[in-house]
Amino acid sequence: MTKVTMTVNGKAVSGDVEGRTLLSAFLREDQGLTGTHVGCDTSQCGACVVHVNGKAVKSCTMFASEANGAAVDTVEGQTNADGSLNVIQQAFQDHHGLQCGFCTPGMVMSAAALLKENPTPSEAEVREYLEGNICRCTGYHNIVKAIMAASGQDVSAIAAE
Amino acid sequence: MPRDTGIGAATLRREDVRFLTGTGEYTDDIVLAKQTYAVFARSTVAHGKIKSIDTSAAAQMPGVLAVFTGDDFVDVGGNPAGWLINSRDGEPMKEPKRPVLAHGKVRHVGDAYAAVIAETVEQARDAVEAIEADIEELPAIIDMNAALSSSTYVHDEIETNQCFDWGWIEDNREATDTAIKNAHHVTTLELVNNRLVPNAMEPRASIGSYKASTGEYTLHTTSQNPHLTRLLISAFVLGIPENMLTVIAPDVGGGFGSKIYHYGEEALVLAAAKQVGRPVKWTADRTESFLTDAHGRDHVTKIELALDAEGNFLAFRTDTKANVGAYLSNFSTATPTFLHGTLMGGNYTVPLVYVNVKAVFTNTAPVDAYRGAGRPEATYSIERVIDKAARELGMDPIELRRKNFVKPDQYPYASAAGLEYDAGNYDALMDKMEEVADISGFEARRKASEAKGLMRGLGVNAYIEACGIAPSNLVGVLGSRVGLYDAATVRVNATGNISVMVGAHSHGQGHETAFPQVVSDMLGIDASTIDIVHGDTSKIPFGMGTYGSRSLAVCGSAVVRATEKIIVKAKKIAAHMLEVTDQDISLNDGVFSVEGTNKSVTFGEVALKAYIPHDYPLESIEPGLEETAFYDPANFTYPSGAYACEVEVDPETGKVRVDRMCAVDDFGNVINPMIVTGQVHGGLAQGIGQALVEQTFYDEYGQLLSASYMDYTMPRADDLPMFQVDHSQGTPCVHNPLGVKGCGEAGAIGSPPTVVNAVVDALQSGGHNITHIDMPVTPVRVWEAMQNAK
Amino acid sequence: MYNFDVVTPNTIAEAAAAMAGDEAQALGGGQTLIPTLKQRLASPNTLVSLSGVSEMQGITKSGDTLRIGGATTHHAVASDGSYPGLSGLAGQIGDPAVRNRGTIGGSLANNDPAACYPAAALASGATIITNTREIAADDYFQGMFETALEEGEIITAVSFPIPQAANYQKFVQPASRFALVGVFVAKYASGVRVAVTGASNDGVFRWTEAEEALSRDFSAAALEGLSVSEDDMISDLHGTARYRAHLIKVVTARAVTAAS
Repeated sequence: MTKVTMTVNGKAVSGDVEGRTLLSAFLREDQGLTGTHVGCDTSQCGACVVHVNGKAVKSCTMFASEANGAAVDTVEGQTNADGSLNVIQQAFQDHHGLQCGFCTPGMVMSAAALLKENPTPSEAEVREYLEGNICRCTGYHNIVKAIMAASGQDVSAIAAE
Repeated sequence: MPRDTGIGAATLRREDVRFLTGTGEYTDDIVLAKQTYAVFARSTVAHGKIKSIDTSAAAQMPGVLAVFTGDDFVDVGGNPAGWLINSRDGEPMKEPKRPVLAHGKVRHVGDAYAAVIAETVEQARDAVEAIEADIEELPAIIDMNAALSSSTYVHDEIETNQCFDWGWIEDNREATDTAIKNAHHVTTLELVNNRLVPNAMEPRASIGSYKASTGEYTLHTTSQNPHLTRLLISAFVLGIPENMLTVIAPDVGGGFGSKIYHYGEEALVLAAAKQVGRPVKWTADRTESFLTDAHGRDHVTKIELALDAEGNFLAFRTDTKANVGAYLSNFSTATPTFLHGTLMGGNYTVPLVYVNVKAVFTNTAPVDAYRGAGRPEATYSIERVIDKAARELGMDPIELRRKNFVKPDQYPYASAAGLEYDAGNYDALMDKMEEVADISGFEARRKASEAKGLMRGLGVNAYIEACGIAPSNLVGVLGSRVGLYDAATVRVNATGNISVMVGAHSHGQGHETAFPQVVSDMLGIDASTIDIVHGDTSKIPFGMGTYGSRSLAVCGSAVVRATEKIIVKAKKIAAHMLEVTDQDISLNDGVFSVEGTNKSVTFGEVALKAYIPHDYPLESIEPGLEETAFYDPANFTYPSGAYACEVEVDPETGKVRVDRMCAVDDFGNVINPMIVTGQVHGGLAQGIGQALVEQTFYDEYGQLLSASYMDYTMPRADDLPMFQVDHSQGTPCVHNPLGVKGCGEAGAIGSPPTVVNAVVDALQSGGHNITHIDMPVTPVRVWEAMQNAK
Repeated sequence: MYNFDVVTPNTIAEAAAAMAGDEAQALGGGQTLIPTLKQRLASPNTLVSLSGVSEMQGITKSGDTLRIGGATTHHAVASDGSYPGLSGLAGQIGDPAVRNRGTIGGSLANNDPAACYPAAALASGATIITNTREIAADDYFQGMFETALEEGEIITAVSFPIPQAANYQKFVQPASRFALVGVFVAKYASGVRVAVTGASNDGVFRWTEAEEALSRDFSAAALEGLSVSEDDMISDLHGTARYRAHLIKVVTARAVTAAS
């Protein structure tokens, strides 16, 4: 066991981990932050996406010890200061960008990373950016729409219903 | 009043807030005090004789609390098939036992033959590696034709690999044969409806716990139907008294059919929890899901369509081999038969339908209902052969369909495949589809594609399905071993807010939002004061759960019935309070009033009176305001639709891109159009996935080569276009109180033939004489087909 | 996963020392290694994480040479404009989250037959720089998952001569999004180099006939009449051998067109 310390959603945390402890496991099991989900073993589904030092990563494909000293942000830390949904979360609700909710945390975190890099992405850019986030429920239509709406773009023309 | 939250409103989903903030609670998120972990030892061979299993070393490993093998479950029951199918000769189907853990033989890669319970997952994994299993590999039965002629059996005791040989409708057989023999034209098509892996994003998980002091068991599990799971475990597998077993399906991350069924892991964690005296948790990894979740489809079919000189349909004859895998999963026998054969008349006035289905055991994962369940298979066969017929006869594929549609004045329509369609208007759907999809603009788009060096194709489709499954008395005649009603309890609390306990389970469908819209609309009170309770057998009435697009049509109808009872009783209470008779009371916008007077009481005041019955006519009205209703529908519901798809095919690589996808569906009345549209989107993605990318590939040894996302292609955002979805042409279902039909599966039913029709059209336009190409239409398949057609 | 220790050296020297330990294995971004470990297909005693080695980070251009530290992420390379063809390739690896972790050194050390980077390294005639020596790309790739690296050797940097024109085209294996066929074309004053990944049982390889033709005439038309033998091509559920052989020509032509 080695001790790791990191900042998770702005709060300093620490814990003892094995070498093999994944960041996703540290968040879910040690920190009780079960919003980060694990949907595959091959780093493809993206349900586990969190930000490490501001960059989107797959927390199931990174060891907790590699995040030692890092700033980690998860879906639990995304709301506005008053606890209300942030602009991305609100857009997902407004545009029905989620159904079962399992992939949603990863989608929200990937969307946040995308909009940081590219504040007004095109539809094609959104779709391409989501290459590493699999959703089985929505067919992506409303996810793409929600992300574009969250960027402040008018989505009323996008195949409305 | 609250019409913005009532029927027809695109109310935003209340459940979204927890999912968007990471505070949903899925099974694997739950941590029970002192929980332990189960890991399964799974067969690496498709077929093998278990000669011995030595668990002694594993049992001594650090952290190990217990080790189980098939021997530990020989005295308990098996996981049953829920539907008895008789063969054409009257013989009942073969039903080999499906044990909790494999015993005697392993029958597919992933078949669990032992399980370890340990303090940590990794300790359990270590111990599984220490189990010494001597398994003698036997020849693998993979191909269905080979299975039927093989003298090696998946289940030795039944001495055949054929589960049943079913004919529908057997009385039509000879007449159908004659019609085909004498027809002006017969179009024949052989096709494969490819095996799919459902791939709900949340892998299956279960936690068993046991309270020794009372003998009570609790199972938290990823289920679409907790009462059904409890019934199966109690009555068939472990024999735990039903009242001693609580099944809780908390937030569930998608199901698509795969979480209808009871699986051995659920029984194992319960039995293990009792033995080790602590909760036992199991969570599948993704490869385990690939290997052991019930798969979908896997039909090999020959279909013939007989037509007269004018293009009128005379008969459909279908010969299908349906793979059921190594064991019969709960609905595996219903899916290729009554959920498939009964739809083989399609939307058409064809007088004769005959379907033969041979169900075949193979050394592969069990196959069962997956989004659409039988209806996608039926629709695919019908709509592909019609398309081929149109091409052979030089007819427009839309016109050929229109010519044979059941017309609006023919309802109720008795289909040649034995169903009674209650309502529909297929021409109206086709009209709307032609408009929304801009069919008239296709030729210009084709020219634009050709200018880019791409072949463009247009595919259309009309489908009908049977949902809201269905009348218990009918399905009982057809072999179902369960009833197919649902249930709801409406509890008005003393302060006027309402809890609605429902038998349906929501795992993406938005019940927590849509069901309150119904109650809100009926009572005229704001939906925000109404909440839905689901998923916990200790809290909800005995319902059959969510599958077959049945939640609103069946459970929603139960909600209506229970709310009607609430209104009847509340009116009595209001009448007492206002000193009139209950016939004088009307309910509008949450206020009970006496017409022509200014006398009124609010819904809240009536609720309070019901629970504080001072000055209350106890001799004629009971205190409280809570009602339960069970609803058993009079018929299936029959959603239908007209779809169009345009694809571009790259002639150099064979890659197909869906450029436009239009779905016009008749779902009857719509409660929440936003949710309905979302359901169609998801179905379309799964249908396009089946048509173009999803490939479940077992090699000749029974190894699943597509057992992870490295090889099984899930549709991604950049594989799909924005969809055009319309449901403005609804014809209300005539036999349920909401007039609703169900929308969960439509997209997955209507889209596969539409896409393949479009691909064939594109290839034809490019001068390639290709009349069929099997799904998934991958680039290599298209390219190889083009080479072979040269 | 079997258990192991993760050590996080700060210098190449420390990393090399750690790699000398029993059953030590280098950990780049882990995007391939961690899924492998999850399947219990490897059982190292120690993983030597290279992501904290600052001297293995970063991209520097000097003259016509681009030097990329072995622990530089795909995202960093994709964002660097010094060698557009290479940046274009890096931006097609995996997905955004994978690109934020995966590294060039990790990719080249693993030499997956369907990985993207080997095509760029081979087509560019890159030099693989390790803690002990420099290896020419032509000598480095030795077949599927096989490289010239010795036990314990670490890729500390890769040096690319920047070509006059280059492009990478990737026809994806639709599930993994690795290359079903990926072709990197690089045009130098000395001639054109063409490297193909994803297609061959022998891993990345140079298509020398195309190189000769394109060196004479750098246009897609120059490829007409050429064909690739299907003999050593991979055949699997995503593509037959003859399909892969066919795709190589199609994809190469597209790369040439995009580069011109």
